[in-house]
Amino acid sequence: MKFGVIVFPGSNRDHDAFYAAANILGQKAEFIWHDAATLGDLDAVILPGGFAYGDYLRCGAIAKFSPIMKAVKKFAAEGGLVLGICNGFQILVEAGLLPGALIRNRGLKFICREVELRPGTTDSPFTCASRKDRTYRVPIAHGEGCYFADERTLDELEAEDRVAFRYVGNPNGSLRDIAGILSPERNVMGMMPHPEDAIEPLMGSSDGLVVFQSLLSATAPFGHGSVKQVHA
Amino acid sequence: MSAAAITPDLIAQHQLTPDEYQKIVSILGREPSYTELGIFSVMWSEHCSYKSSRLHLKKLPTRGELVVQGPGENAGIIDIGGGYVIAFKIESHNHPSFIEPFQGAATGVGGILRDIFTMGARPIAVMDSLRFGRLDDSPNAARNRRILGGVVSGIAHYGNCFGVPTVGGECIFESCYDGNPLVNVFALGVCRKEDIFYAKAAGVGNPVIYVGARTGRDGIHGASMASAEFTEESKQKRPNVQVGDPFMEKLLLEACIEAMHTGAVVGIQDMGAAGLTCSTCEMGSRGEVGIEIELDRVPQRETGMTPYEIMLSESQERMLLVADKGREEEVFGVFRKWGLEAVEIGTVTNDGKLRVRQHGLIVAEIPNRELADEAPLYDRPHTKPLRHVPMNGPRLPVADVQSALPALLASGDLCSKRYIWEQYDYLVRSSTVAGPGADAAIIRIKETGTSVAMSLDGNGRYCYLSPREGAMLAVAESCRNLSTVGAQPVAATNCLNFGNPERPEIMAQLVEAIEGMSEACRFFDTPITGGNVSLYNETLGEGIYPTPVIGIVGLMKTTQPTGIAFRNPGRTVMLLGGVGHCDEQRFGSTQYAKVILNQLWGLPPALDLDREKRVQNAIREIVIAGLAESAHDLSDGGLAVALAECSFAGVGARIELDSDLRSDLLLFHEGPSRVLLSTEHPEQITAIAAKHGIEAPVVGVTIEKEIEVRQKTRQVALWEIEALKTAYEQALEAHVR
Repeated sequence: MKFGVIVFPGSNRDHDAFYAAANILGQKAEFIWHDAATLGDLDAVILPGGFAYGDYLRCGAIAKFSPIMKAVKKFAAEGGLVLGICNGFQILVEAGLLPGALIRNRGLKFICREVELRPGTTDSPFTCASRKDRTYRVPIAHGEGCYFADERTLDELEAEDRVAFRYVGNPNGSLRDIAGILSPERNVMGMMPHPEDAIEPLMGSSDGLVVFQSLLSATAPFGHGSVKQVHA
Repeated sequence: MSAAAITPDLIAQHQLTPDEYQKIVSILGREPSYTELGIFSVMWSEHCSYKSSRLHLKKLPTRGELVVQGPGENAGIIDIGGGYVIAFKIESHNHPSFIEPFQGAATGVGGILRDIFTMGARPIAVMDSLRFGRLDDSPNAARNRRILGGVVSGIAHYGNCFGVPTVGGECIFESCYDGNPLVNVFALGVCRKEDIFYAKAAGVGNPVIYVGARTGRDGIHGASMASAEFTEESKQKRPNVQVGDPFMEKLLLEACIEAMHTGAVVGIQDMGAAGLTCSTCEMGSRGEVGIEIELDRVPQRETGMTPYEIMLSESQERMLLVADKGREEEVFGVFRKWGLEAVEIGTVTNDGKLRVRQHGLIVAEIPNRELADEAPLYDRPHTKPLRHVPMNGPRLPVADVQSALPALLASGDLCSKRYIWEQYDYLVRSSTVAGPGADAAIIRIKETGTSVAMSLDGNGRYCYLSPREGAMLAVAESCRNLSTVGAQPVAATNCLNFGNPERPEIMAQLVEAIEGMSEACRFFDTPITGGNVSLYNETLGEGIYPTPVIGIVGLMKTTQPTGIAFRNPGRTVMLLGGVGHCDEQRFGSTQYAKVILNQLWGLPPALDLDREKRVQNAIREIVIAGLAESAHDLSDGGLAVALAECSFAGVGARIELDSDLRSDLLLFHEGPSRVLLSTEHPEQITAIAAKHGIEAPVVGVTIEKEIEVRQKTRQVALWEIEALKTAYEQALEAHVR
């Protein structure tokens, strides 16, 4: 399958996402500059972590106006797979592709730490390879990752089985321990933790692979080629 | 030329001596203009010219087989094989961090990152060595907490946004840093060997291009501020501290690297201390050419700036580059893509002069070489190093080893710094093999498939008691940290933090520390490839402990680094190097003396360089062979603290020591050249140790949940790991709140 990694000015985990897709999963991957008008022929788009435009305003509030976001919205509307990680999640929320908001961590400090995640659903292209009876060790690295939404939205997310991941031991005050959510059509996911930083034993955990393996197995039946052996 | 009168008062305000002024007059063959006076004053400040230290810095070893670039450039460079090199350096930002902790520390990170990527290398790791006043038991505790909080947030703000992992460092608390916190930032980057760039102008007629942020009035005379003691008036110097913009720096990084790859860039230098002045005259001097610039073309944030202000501004996130004439457009194109301003502000000339114009009129005209390289050089008088503590300590009280360990683990220097390092993104770039909390940080180089290790060390207490031995101990410890994770130390960078060099007893500290560092670096074959000197760390006449900090990098010789934690019960615990020896005089420098006895006396631990090297060679061989399940070098807090640190994952040890030393000395002395390890292969380890002429006694066995220590079969202590861990983990946060 082919991944596109969007590069906003200030993206800084773009190379991590690219490395995960290209070097670890052995898939095709390319960087897409935020100024581009189109995405080209892709199976999945990753909005990577970082500080787009310095995040000097609300996180993601300026990035949502980048020209490429029109193409991302169109891609999502047509059923394309969109994964927003950390800053990418914040941008997806600002762009209206996902509900809610990411606000300052409960402790008001940036936190870099490995956390435990439990899948909220296995019914999505991002979590279908995961198991609900176990947890996954994946790091977080954010200052504004506290998921916030009104009660109705939270109820709706749960009723529609759209909570992708929950924290075990909530690090940042996220409501209902939410670490990642899905769009109503389930083809867009945003998550604060960094699966791309937990994909090799030398990183201390390979549990983040589950997101990428899910994507591979979700796209494989639709003629995007066979799933390559993951060398990790 | 501007006709402002140059009075003795004005000269003194610029911290230039009458003799220095005469030298300026003789270089120019006339009186300087006001702008020229300002330019000379920053270039000849202690911070930029190293005028008190240069003579002695020459004693440092700088050459080595792997050294591609030694001192004199923006960063040192080492060949790591496979066609790649690493660039690294350490810099201080002490003075700004005292005046404005957040921005002072943030711009400290920004400055060293630019030093790295100006060489063409992408920064891949940062470490910080921090010193603060005490958070408890000090009338200034509240202020010290505020400085700590500001510095840590500032480092996090800049490094996290820029996207470089902050992977380690150290943080020490002493009263002497009350009014003089130290913020030393180390950065390391990687690039292909043929992609190295130098800060050298060349090619007469080539355009000189300014890129990045606009120039404002911030930071004027920052370099001079860093070259004076603090007094009551220093608080008025807040406007001298610059404001950092890590997002701008990130764009600058990407754009510079992309521009360098066009092949149209001839030379490049960041504008750090002394801003436009330093970058123009140093690039000209290195290339033995002149540079002429027109200030009207310099992008400015404020209106009505004078030539003096523009030349001396230390606004952040700016670079100066020389491009190939005719290929400027390729460079401009890259900067346009990244939304950055890039303006041709001048040209390279053949007359060796820095010529500055405004509105077409010459406002400064100075020979580059004399300005950059002929700064005054002082052989400042030095006597006996300052020291106000006795050689012999108090009569030691009856040891209460049982309660001493938790107290030590909860003390500022030894407690967990998790509160600090969790605020840093230590994982970005997905290459952190070992991050904060390890003996040495390890970063994988994706391009080569190999890894590099790095460690920052310094011990002001040791150096106060003996600057020479203290500096040698810091080098030994840093190398030992690297060896313990399986790396071969290859090169070093140093940051020398001292008080006022015009005091002979302070100058003596500096001289002896440099000599000690030289001897040790020569011995361990770790040439110093660059660094920084920060003098005048004094407030109201109170100076810091002499605090040389050394950063050493090593090449990993194994892909399976060994962690510090005991992993399984039932393993043999060995103490490579043995329990060592310590008399009461050498005990006065320990953390035990500091925390439990609240005293300082005597001398630092005794170091035998040859023995140290053999221990390091042995542990490296053991780790590379995969024989140790855990390995942790002994340092601050001695054997007991090392035992606790090895046990925090839940597996402890039962230790039996056959020694006649007092139990407090035995467990808490800080004698170097020792590594605690756990293994399933004690015989093989004994053999390797014997081969290197080192003893490696079996001292115990790993067990669940507890640490028990017996001396000559008598139990001297029994600790629950959980309780120790709680003391260790919660102390700093409790102090900060």
